[in-house]
Amino acid sequence: MTEIGSSDLGATPAKLPTSVRRQPGVARLWFYLLLLPPVLWLGLLIILPHIQLFILSLKEKVAPRVYTYGLDNYIGFFNEPLYWMTLLRTATISILATALTLVIAFPVAYYIAKMLRGRTKNLIFVLALLPFWVSELVRTLGWIMLLRETGIISNTLLSLGLIPERVELLGNDAAIITGLVYTSMLFMVVPLINSLDSLDDSLIEAAYDLGGKGVAILREIIIPHAMPGIVAGSIVVFMLTLGNIVTPAFLGGKNSIWFTDQIYQKFIVRFNWEQGSAFGFLLLITSSLVVWLGLKLTRQSLAKTIT
Amino acid sequence: MNDTQIPDLETTDVVKNFGATVAVDQVNFEVKKGAFFSILGPSGCGKTTLMRMIAGFEGPSSGDILIRGSSVIDVPPNRRPVNMVFQHLALFPMMNVAKNIGYGLRRRGISGKEIDRAVDAVLERVGLPGMGPRKIDQLSGGQKQRIAIARCLILEPTLLLLDEPLGALDLKLREQMKIELKQLQAEIGTTFLYITHDQSEALVMSDQVAVMNHGRFEQVATPQELYYRPNTSFVAGFVGDANRWSGKVETVSGDELRLHGQGGVAIVATAVGGISVGMDVEIFVRPESVFISRAEAEIAEFDNKIEGAVDSLLFDGGRSSALISVAGDDRDISVALPQTGQFSNLQAGEKVYLGWQADQTRCFAANNVGS
Ligand SMILES: Nc1ncnc2c1ncn2[C@@H]1O[C@H](COP(=O)(O)OP(=O)(O)OP(=O)(O)O)[C@@H](O)[C@H]1O
Ligand SMILES: [Mg+2]
Repeated sequence: MTEIGSSDLGATPAKLPTSVRRQPGVARLWFYLLLLPPVLWLGLLIILPHIQLFILSLKEKVAPRVYTYGLDNYIGFFNEPLYWMTLLRTATISILATALTLVIAFPVAYYIAKMLRGRTKNLIFVLALLPFWVSELVRTLGWIMLLRETGIISNTLLSLGLIPERVELLGNDAAIITGLVYTSMLFMVVPLINSLDSLDDSLIEAAYDLGGKGVAILREIIIPHAMPGIVAGSIVVFMLTLGNIVTPAFLGGKNSIWFTDQIYQKFIVRFNWEQGSAFGFLLLITSSLVVWLGLKLTRQSLAKTIT
Repeated sequence: MNDTQIPDLETTDVVKNFGATVAVDQVNFEVKKGAFFSILGPSGCGKTTLMRMIAGFEGPSSGDILIRGSSVIDVPPNRRPVNMVFQHLALFPMMNVAKNIGYGLRRRGISGKEIDRAVDAVLERVGLPGMGPRKIDQLSGGQKQRIAIARCLILEPTLLLLDEPLGALDLKLREQMKIELKQLQAEIGTTFLYITHDQSEALVMSDQVAVMNHGRFEQVATPQELYYRPNTSFVAGFVGDANRWSGKVETVSGDELRLHGQGGVAIVATAVGGISVGMDVEIFVRPESVFISRAEAEIAEFDNKIEGAVDSLLFDGGRSSALISVAGDDRDISVALPQTGQFSNLQAGEKVYLGWQADQTRCFAANNVGS
């Protein structure tokens, strides 16, 4: 009652403070509203499923519909050589494919970033991206056309008389690596071009002027400058490669199973979600470990890469 | 003995074309051992291009470049006895100061201990002892400047090229570095080839200055000569301040010309180059060549005499000047004010008398006007 009375008497001075006080409240509401999508996205799509997976991975089936909790799913992984050998192989080949992608992408990125100018530069850049407008599935099928026994390469070699009979180029690690490198190129080239673009040409010229030669300049000037791009590209490519499922499944054979395929088998074929979850976690741990080791070895940090 | 006769740098008819643009056009000059040689010119006149050809980053379209008497056209930049301080310094941000300075010696395969000693010595020389472990982004502009020079000096080049190295500094620091650079050069005796578009830098520091315009050298001379005896109207207009008239020659007797400037001011001037009656010409008079007085009698002895009124006073400490409006000329004449005190109470609107000699009034044919 008193409040109504006072606001009736001195309308403006009483109202003004409330409207001012309301402003920060509105701002805060907006802040939370804007924060909502990323929080929902992180929470619903990443954190929640992972918690669920983690709980699932600790469940053990003792009898139909009877579960206890324990580390059996993880112990099972280490007791079966097929499992951990596959993971080890997958990680090794992924590292190899990442390194190969870097080695191939670097000259390409350097050429686009440093040697080309103006419109040609944009044109070549777009041309380099062009294959990635097609879905990964189609691109992988393209490689099958090339590599299979009755494929283009085999036929060409045969008609040239270079081989006595047709060869099967699919179903081995080399085929997988080829496909993975091809699929990953974009994710390496783009960050590399970004970091090389910011390298001042006069630094390279100064190094020459002071007596430097090609390899020394590459090692001491260009690579250190491009390091954030190299790290970013390598992490992305490694993660994508390790978690890839299409390319290894299509290009690999029975002797080169990818770890993702094992997870798929557990979930979909065996319907063993518990062990599948454990495998999923092991993959996550492996990739984190490799990335961490890689950063340590090259004395880089994620923070440096982002800034 | 003969060593001193051979110039450290010599260019003969150097030309550089970029497609249809001629960036450097028939440049001939030589730089004596131990000299501080500057190339002065407006933006885009081809200074950097010329320097890049000397450093080896660009090949001349024609002509030859000789260092210590031998052609370096086929020598790559990393094997020329020339080092360059870049326009934006180009210090390596991925290395600390000591690593930056030691870079060239490391490339020569010199042992680590020796490099450390040399780095310390050169840091001492440029006045930054103990700076070795600093990172590049922890240096001030002037310090970066000195590190960039130290990085070249440690290699003891025959010739040090500097491309507007003071361009990025603020005015105060630039003034200070100007003097420091000149002292450093005198101390170490390395031949400097210095590029600038700032005439004050060129005049203060150099033994010899080449004024460049549209890819050509207009004049190569000592700073004094350039200032007092410019050979072309471009040099007269570009180096220092000048009052400028255009007109048509009326009479010629020897070197002395008489004419009326545009607006009708009668002028007696000295001809530079062949000038005949009826030619369109440009006339230049330095503000400090103009004598100013309040009494008409005092200007009686001058070849050129005129009376006017103070239009405005431009106070700039020791370099103060006045703009004087004269009858029949729509542009004011700029006059340097003597700092002896008798003009400290000069008022706008006051009547004054101006006088200047014919030999300080230089007259050029108008067809070779620069930008
Ligand atoms: N690589 C190039 N390709 C084409 N034209 C060029 C190239 N480099 C320089 N030029 C042209 O040559 C001319 C001279 O350029 P230069 O860089 O030598 O000028 P500058 O005197 O150093 O100018 P500033 O004082 O602005 O640095 C300019 O017209 C420029 O556009
Ligand atoms: Mg330049």
